[in-house]
Amino acid sequence: MEAVYAACVGLLTFSGVFLCLRGRTFPVVLGLTLLSYAVNLFLFSSGRLKLDGAAILGTSASYTDPLPQALVLTAIVIGFAMTAFVVILAMRARADLGNDHVDGRLPPQPEVPQRRKKEHA
Amino acid sequence: MSEHLTILPILLPLIGGVLLLLPPLATTLERQRYAALTVAVLTLLSAGLLLQQSQTEGIQLYVLGDWQPPYGIALVADRLSTLLVLLTSLLGLVSLLYACAGDDRTGAYFYPLVLLQVMGINGAFLTGDIFNLFVFFEVLLIASYALLIHGGGKQKTQAGFHYVALNLVGSSLFLFALGILYGTLGTLNIADMSTKVATLTEGERVLAKAGGLLLLAVFGLKAAMLPLHFWLTRTYASASAPVAALFAIMTKVGIYSIYRVHTVIFGENAGELAFMIQPWIWPLALLTLLAGSIGALASPNLRELTANLVIVSVGTLLVSVAMMSEAATAAGLYYLVHSTLVCAALFMIADLISHQRGKAGDRFVISRKVRQPALLGVMFFVAAMAVAGIPPFSGFVGKVLLLQAAQNATEMVWAWPAILLSSLITIIALSRGGTTLFWRRSTDKSQADPASGWHIAAVVLLLLGAPLMVVLGGPITEYTAAAAQQLHQVPESLHLLLPGGES
Repeated sequence: MEAVYAACVGLLTFSGVFLCLRGRTFPVVLGLTLLSYAVNLFLFSSGRLKLDGAAILGTSASYTDPLPQALVLTAIVIGFAMTAFVVILAMRARADLGNDHVDGRLPPQPEVPQRRKKEHA
Repeated sequence: MSEHLTILPILLPLIGGVLLLLPPLATTLERQRYAALTVAVLTLLSAGLLLQQSQTEGIQLYVLGDWQPPYGIALVADRLSTLLVLLTSLLGLVSLLYACAGDDRTGAYFYPLVLLQVMGINGAFLTGDIFNLFVFFEVLLIASYALLIHGGGKQKTQAGFHYVALNLVGSSLFLFALGILYGTLGTLNIADMSTKVATLTEGERVLAKAGGLLLLAVFGLKAAMLPLHFWLTRTYASASAPVAALFAIMTKVGIYSIYRVHTVIFGENAGELAFMIQPWIWPLALLTLLAGSIGALASPNLRELTANLVIVSVGTLLVSVAMMSEAATAAGLYYLVHSTLVCAALFMIADLISHQRGKAGDRFVISRKVRQPALLGVMFFVAAMAVAGIPPFSGFVGKVLLLQAAQNATEMVWAWPAILLSSLITIIALSRGGTTLFWRRSTDKSQADPASGWHIAAVVLLLLGAPLMVVLGGPITEYTAAAAQQLHQVPESLHLLLPGGES
C-alpha cells in the first residue's frame, strides 16, 4: 500500500511541476491544482497509513492520528479558494493582455518564408 | 480584558474588515475611510499595549479554547513578535492615511483588504504553531493578491499572475515541509518541536533536515532571497503606492519566519541539526546583496530602484541571520524596523514625484519640474540618506550595529565589504536618480496639483522614524537586544510556552 501511495504522490507532483513550467496559463493552473492534490495526499500520510483505524478514540480497536486529517481539511479549503482566485486572474489576464501566455506576450513565432514567396508568385 | 490582549491585534482588523463590507459602513467612501482609520488606530493601540505587557510581564501565551499546548492552537507574544506587530499596525495605518487622498477610489474594497492583510501579517507574527503560520501566510497572501491588482491595468495583471503562481507553488512546498516535519517530530507547536528535534534518530534526522531546508526555500521565496527574488521588482514596482508601502513588511515576514524556525527549532539546542542552514545562507545572503545592488544601479525609475533597495535590505538582514548570534539578531531587528519604514516612505515619495512630473512619471529622464521641489526634495533627501546609511539617520546606526556584530575574522572578511559596498552602490544609484529627478529638467511648468495633506502626513510619519530611531537609539537597541536574547535562549522560556509539558 505504501509503495502505491508514494508512487501516486510522486506522479502527481511530477505532473504538477511539469505543467507549472508550461507557457500558457491554463496548463499552469492545472499544474497548481495537481500540486495541491499531491500535497494533500502527502499531508494525509504524515500521520502514517493505517487500515481500519478510527480517528476518534473508543470507537474501534485501533485508532489513527486525527491531526493530519484536520490539516488536510484546512489545506483543501485554502487550496480551493486559491485555485478559484487564480482561475479568475488567468481569465482577467487573458482579457487585459489579449493572450493567455504567462508573460503576457507570445514568444516570437518562427517565420515561414517559403509560403510567402508562393503567395507573391 | 488584559488577558485577551494577545489576540486583539488579530481580532480587531478582522472584525473591522468584515464590518466594512456590511451596509452601514460600506455605502459611502467617507464612512469607509473613517471607520478603517479608527480600526487601524485601535489596532495600533492594542499592539502598543501588548508590547508594554510582554515587556513587563514576560512572554504572553494565549491558548485558544483552553486546549493546553502542545495540542491546542497557541498564540505567543514575546518581545520579537510584539515589536513586529507594532510595526505592522503602524504601517497599516500610514498606508490607509496615504490612500485617503484618492488611491482608494481606483478600485473596490480597498479598506477591507488592507485590514485583512494587516490581520494576516499580525497573525503570522503572533502564532506559536507552525501550521497556523501557514494559515496566516495564506490569509495575508490572498489579501495581497487582491491588493496588488487594485487599480487595474495591464502591468498589474501581468505581475499579479507571476506573483500568485509563484506563491501557490511556495504554499505547496510549505505544506510538504510541514508534512515531513510532522511525520518525524510528531508535533507542530514551535516550542515543542524545539525540544523534540534533538532526540531524533539517524534516519529521521535526514528527513527533518529536508523539511527544514524546504522551509528555508519557502521563507526565502517570501523574503526574496537570491534565486527566488525575481518576482519582487516587477510586483512592487507595479503596485499602487499605499499597497507597495504595506508590502514593505511582507518580505520581513519571511525573514521573521527564518529567525523563528531556524533559531528556535534548528538553533543551538538541535543536537546534530544545530545551525544546519548556515552553510547555505552565507553565500545566499551575500549574493542577494550583490543582486540587489546591481539591480539598483540598473533601475530605470524610482519605483524599481526602491524595489531593488528592498532586496538589498533583505540581503543585509540575511547576513544577520547567517551570523546566528544574539548580537547579530539584535542588530538585524533594529535594521529590519528601520528598512521597513524607509522603504515604505520611498515608495510613497516615488508616487508623489511621478504625479507631479506629468508623463515622465518617476522615470530617470529629463522632464518638467515637480510642482513642490522643496518639499519633495527634502523628503527624498532624508529617505535616501537613511536608506543608504549616512549619519545622522537610522540606517547608519543599523549598519554600524550589524558591522559590530561580526565577531570573528571570517565573518568580518565576508560581511563588511558586502554591506559597505552595497551602501556605496545605494548612494550612487540614489544620487544619480535624485539629480535627474530634481535638477535635470525642461522649462515647462508642472500642471499637477500639489500633494494633499493626507499624502504629506503619511510620508512625514514614516520619515519621522529615521531621526527618532537615532534619538531613541538607547532604549530601542536595549529592547532589540532583549528580544534577541529571548529568541536565542529557548530553554529558559520553555516552561512558559509548554506549561505542564514533559520537558
